Amino acid sequence: MSVLAAADTGVSLGTGEAVVFWVLAPIALAGALGMVFSRNAVHSALWLVNTMLALGVFYVVQEAPFLGAVQIIVYTGAIMILFLFVLMLVGRDSSDSVVETLRGQRVAAIVLGVGFAGLAGTGIARATEDLSATGLDDAQPDGNIQAIAELLFTRYLLAFEVTSALLITAAVGAMVLAHIERDPGTKQTQKELSRARFLTDRPQTHPGPGVFARANSVATPALLPDGSLAESSFATGIDPAEVDQMPRPTGRRQLGSPDAALGTTDGAQDGDLR
Amino acid sequence: MTLSHYLVLAAILFTIGAVGVLVRRNAIVVFMCVELMLNSVNLTLVTFARATGTVDGQIMAFFVMVVAAAEVVVGLAIIMSIYRTRRSASVDDANLLKY
Amino acid sequence: MDTVPADGLLSASWLLIALPLAGAAVLLLGGKRTDRWGHLLGTATIAASFVLAVACTFQLDDRQVAVDLFTFIDSGNLDVQAGLLFDPLSAVFALLITGVGALIHVYSIGYMAHDPRRRRFFAYLNLFVAAMLLLVLGDNYVALYVGWEGVGLASYLLIAFWHERPAAATAAKKAFIMNRVGDVGLALAIFVMFTQLGTVTYEGVFGSVGLLAGGTVTAIGLLLLLGACGKSGQFPLQAWLPDAMEGPTPVSALIHAATMVTAGVYLIARSAPIFDLTETARTVVLCVGAITLMIGAIAGCAFDDIKKVLAYSTVSQIGYMFLAVGLGPIGYAAAIAHLLTHGFFKAGLFLGAGSVMHAMDDQVDMRRFGGLARKLPVTFVTFGLGYLALIGFPFLSGYWTKDAIIEAAFDRGGASGWVLGGVAVLGAGLTAFYMTRLMFMTFFGRPRWAPSEPGRETPHPHESPPVMTVPMIVLSVGSIAAGFLLVQAFPLDEWLEPVFGVPEEAEHVVAPAVVGIAVTVVMLLGVLAAWLFVGRREVPVVAPARVSPVTRAARKALYADAINESLFMRPGQWLTRALVWVDNRGVDGAVNGLAAGLGGSSARLGRAQTGFVRTYALGMLGGAVLVVGALLAVTAG
Repeated sequence: MSVLAAADTGVSLGTGEAVVFWVLAPIALAGALGMVFSRNAVHSALWLVNTMLALGVFYVVQEAPFLGAVQIIVYTGAIMILFLFVLMLVGRDSSDSVVETLRGQRVAAIVLGVGFAGLAGTGIARATEDLSATGLDDAQPDGNIQAIAELLFTRYLLAFEVTSALLITAAVGAMVLAHIERDPGTKQTQKELSRARFLTDRPQTHPGPGVFARANSVATPALLPDGSLAESSFATGIDPAEVDQMPRPTGRRQLGSPDAALGTTDGAQDGDLR
Repeated sequence: MTLSHYLVLAAILFTIGAVGVLVRRNAIVVFMCVELMLNSVNLTLVTFARATGTVDGQIMAFFVMVVAAAEVVVGLAIIMSIYRTRRSASVDDANLLKY
Repeated sequence: MDTVPADGLLSASWLLIALPLAGAAVLLLGGKRTDRWGHLLGTATIAASFVLAVACTFQLDDRQVAVDLFTFIDSGNLDVQAGLLFDPLSAVFALLITGVGALIHVYSIGYMAHDPRRRRFFAYLNLFVAAMLLLVLGDNYVALYVGWEGVGLASYLLIAFWHERPAAATAAKKAFIMNRVGDVGLALAIFVMFTQLGTVTYEGVFGSVGLLAGGTVTAIGLLLLLGACGKSGQFPLQAWLPDAMEGPTPVSALIHAATMVTAGVYLIARSAPIFDLTETARTVVLCVGAITLMIGAIAGCAFDDIKKVLAYSTVSQIGYMFLAVGLGPIGYAAAIAHLLTHGFFKAGLFLGAGSVMHAMDDQVDMRRFGGLARKLPVTFVTFGLGYLALIGFPFLSGYWTKDAIIEAAFDRGGASGWVLGGVAVLGAGLTAFYMTRLMFMTFFGRPRWAPSEPGRETPHPHESPPVMTVPMIVLSVGSIAAGFLLVQAFPLDEWLEPVFGVPEEAEHVVAPAVVGIAVTVVMLLGVLAAWLFVGRREVPVVAPARVSPVTRAARKALYADAINESLFMRPGQWLTRALVWVDNRGVDGAVNGLAAGLGGSSARLGRAQTGFVRTYALGMLGGAVLVVGALLAVTAG
């Protein structure tokens, strides 16, 4: 109904855009919901990539091709890859438990979320139902990028420069936070290392990462062929976590879900980590 | 099909992100939800830029992206260092600051 | 009152105060280093003050001399200049204080010879003299008040000089607290003067007091009287004075007989221009004087403690003085004259009592004396002269000055004059009775000596050393001659005319000669009664238990302590307990309850701080929902 009324007043948009919207909006929503509801963090990241790509297309459709490109390159490309890096570093197995520990948190969150969406959605819909699209043809006669550049380097120059300071600070901050200080001189040379290795019982090379692993978390040390922990695979700064030894699965049926196969089911993991 | 469709979509995405922040315990996922909320706001900004016929909204969205990038870098570094000491990426485990 | 600026020696009159004060400071701050010569220094400062006072008095003629010193308080409207007023009234007081004070200092050298804290005793005495001189020499009520509190402090310190005795400590506290009651009255009177007149100088107050409403003047007068009653041990605040005899005897002589306790008389005499304006306050002064006169005389008849008898005698004699100042212009000079002679003979009596105690190993119970006339001849003679002066034996000191007061009381006229005069005459008879009883019990009869404490030897009485007897002799000369000198030879009322003005010649209701004869007859009757009841018989060693109710009441000092306790102390204790209860239950309860409530609620609210970030985020989302809802409600509504 409102669409028809809008068409009469000239706020309606083109059919092609409508098609794009109605195709991509469900995809974006599905990506968002998938991100929230998938237990595996990697899956969440992939769902989010989905949503962000859809949003990038929306930007392009809405006469912002530059932002669309940035969205796809910076967000989807760089930031989400960073997320995945950290996920892998932290350990893919630390996926969330389905059990909610805070009483009533989930119910309250959903009720409030629905309430917020309902209130904000109806409020926005009521307030903007006859919002007409002026279009950016006048604002960017020479093209989107030129218009943005012109504004960015004139009116928003100060903010732009301040942004550089922010980025530098962020980079330095990230380094400071992630860096681990080693005393100078404690690093052993190749010669010392090989000599030390041949003084042990096992002079052969270490097994490759993941060969005997039952979990791929950095906290879970590698296992030697005899099943004992490989001390040299202990992550620095972290107490090693022992993963329950399980009989080696032989087939897909015995493997079950990935978590079960990896021995990272919730109860077991919790007990070990503490 | 009007501009308000975009806005309502943005509101719904924002809400989903917010609910995600509330229900997920993995700090990284929580972070992703925050990113989703920022993105939905960006959509709103772009939509309003189109409605008003100015590029300023797009500039705002651009700055939001920059700030979000910086925030993600620092935030993930914090998560890393927390993980190193606590061996957990759960936001519920960092709960010492209380009564 | 017209004052002239000081000149010559008079401009150095501040030294009168400064000398004893410096003595006190040296002795108190110098510590044990001054032990060896401290008593000499203390005596020397007073003697120097006395010489200076004599010199100043000779330069004074009949002027009133003001000595400006420095600004004491300058705050807003209150501007108090520290200044001295040296006029005939201050002069006689300065002479009395320094003169008697010097004698008693000399006496104390002997009396306190064996006390390890003699230096401190002299420091306190010097402090007292300095404060007392400030009291009488100040030219405003604030200076008077400072001196007033100073003598109160010195009195407290000296009563409690032997503070290891519980009785002395208690007596000191009692004196201090009862004095406080009076001091509050004096302070309030000064406050009223300041608020109503804007000044506290004698000149300013007396100049403008006539402009005030009668009620205000009466209030000032009554408040001043309250202060005077406290300091002078007058009804209803008389109970502390006899207890103050717990202090060393020289203290009793100087402070609680000759000088400090007469400060009330000085206050009322000095405030004469105020009392002249208010008949009501004067009448109250009269009543206080008459009542105290009788109380002191009656109680004096019953006590066996030689110093307490003298103390009640003091109370009674100051009652005479109050009676006189209450009579108004005709009585001021008489009161001051009696004050001076009383200072001489009562100081002499106390020194004599001290000498007796010295001989009797600090025994004070007269039932344990007897027959001392032969053993202590000098003491007996000087004490006897003081006794004769006190009871008003014709032509000795007391006769002249007490007669003047009794005459003035009769001259008041009307029924009240007869009543007051009758009371005064009756008091004279009682005075004769109890003093004669004291003489008989102490100096005559069979010796009833006994150890003052179990385990000590029975005392062997011996005459005191010359350092003690000489002051007694000097004072006994004063007891003989002072009255005649002050009333007949150099009339004090003429000397004091610049202060009190010329009293109008009163019409004599009763001829002076008749009064004199009547008083003498009553006095002789009192002596006769004493001889009949005491002198003629054997004095029992233990006071008889079966006595008349009158005697029993007198022994309890007419139940003054009991009245004070039941009227003030007990209700005060009840009030205190009630307040403590209110404080514990009410105030503390409210405060503690509030604290406990806050603590409990904060502990419960603190539970909301779970430490879980997600809980806080939930709160934020809830807040956001509320805000959006409110926005919608506003825009839609």
